Amino acid sequence: MQVENKEFKPLIVAFCCNWCSYAGADLAGTNRLNYPADVKIIRVPCSCRVNPMFILRAFQRGADGVIICGCHPGDCHYTTGNYYARRRMTALFSMLDYLGIEKGRTRVEWVSAAEGQRFAETMNSFVSTIISLGENKRLEDLRCKTK
Amino acid sequence: MQDKMIARAKELLRDGAVNRVLGWKTGEFVYDITPAVFTSAEELDRDFVFDAFTAANLSKYLVKESKKEGKVLAFLKPCDSYSFQQLIKEHRVDRENVYIVGIPCEGKVDIEALKARGISGITAIEETADAVTVKTVYDEDITVAKQDVLFERCVNCKSKKVVICDEMLGENGEIVDSDRFDAVAKLEAMTPDERFAFWQNELSRCIRCNACRNVCPACTCEKCVFDNVNSGVEHKVAANSFEESLFHIIRAYHVAGRCTDCGECSRVCPQHIPLHLLNRKFIKDMNELYGEYQAGADTETRPPLVNFSMDDCEPSIVYQRGGNA
Repeated sequence: MQVENKEFKPLIVAFCCNWCSYAGADLAGTNRLNYPADVKIIRVPCSCRVNPMFILRAFQRGADGVIICGCHPGDCHYTTGNYYARRRMTALFSMLDYLGIEKGRTRVEWVSAAEGQRFAETMNSFVSTIISLGENKRLEDLRCKTK
Repeated sequence: MQDKMIARAKELLRDGAVNRVLGWKTGEFVYDITPAVFTSAEELDRDFVFDAFTAANLSKYLVKESKKEGKVLAFLKPCDSYSFQQLIKEHRVDRENVYIVGIPCEGKVDIEALKARGISGITAIEETADAVTVKTVYDEDITVAKQDVLFERCVNCKSKKVVICDEMLGENGEIVDSDRFDAVAKLEAMTPDERFAFWQNELSRCIRCNACRNVCPACTCEKCVFDNVNSGVEHKVAANSFEESLFHIIRAYHVAGRCTDCGECSRVCPQHIPLHLLNRKFIKDMNELYGEYQAGADTETRPPLVNFSMDDCEPSIVYQRGGNA
């Protein structure tokens, strides 16, 4: 008899800036730090490359949480990208909250290339937040459900 | 006012200062007003109207009209003048091809509000400072308090001042204190569950007619994301609750920081979805987080979303302030 695994496994999409967090994730790996395998990393050239639609699209395709990681303010490879991203994401998160989507499903964190430890900690805490929030029901697209 | 406007338009046409006039004319019914271009004095006499129903914002038409040969005369209400100035800021109109006559506005009447009061078959409308009188096909003369039948955007009017014009017909008004963010604040004070239920209820009525996009003076992209067949949000009816929210989040987001809060989206919505509440949420947020900003109030300042400051708040502030968890 096949045992069904009913434990909730969230799907987390992480948009990581090529110049910092992506390397930070690499460093977390080489340092053998643990973070959940539920996190799927998408490399972007800068945190401001993340179109708000990417986030909505991720939710549509079944993500339970979306996190955007960029360089610390002031350290952007393109000088100002993350400042714009910060404003854009604030506006978007506020709108999602306004529409009644649970708080905490989206997050922005600044992680540099040297902060492997911070990357792992961030992902651990974000995944535990999403597990406590449960499945994404309010921004899901039933047609995209695979299970 | 209508006679004054027609007289002035004729003058300008005769002098050759302009070769056509952008105004309003009656559609099938008197409350069914449509924007129109007039090219002769006869046409103006026959069709031009300006009354309590002429609510349409004309500034979006100037994007195309100002690209044509010769100068166009446009009558702009305070709301329209904000939208027009915002279009100048975005280099969407040729200012030198437009002659603007500013007209004061004391609020426009919402036909739905009249219908809700059981008034139908309207054949004429007259307004005074605080009342409107309608004639109906049943030979009735009904007078109602103006405040009760105005559009929501007019009840919470933000400004009676025409911000850009070549000349004013009548007295220019002032920026007024309004309670336009009260409805947003009320929603913010609800729990997320209540808000979710509220918006599901509202947005599920959407039939994706795209009227809100077509009428919006800030939506002037040559190629719109909603027409892109690869975007997943192309012109088609929403298939499920996700697509309903998706369309409305994207629409509101695209005009965030540029929306002058003219309220046209809510006016044209055939399903009466309070779309202005989404736009106002963005305006309110940006006012609170990045300082007061009124789109269209001038042509110099940078809109909040294409600007930044070193000490902006972090996005997590959204989860910390107000509302219930």
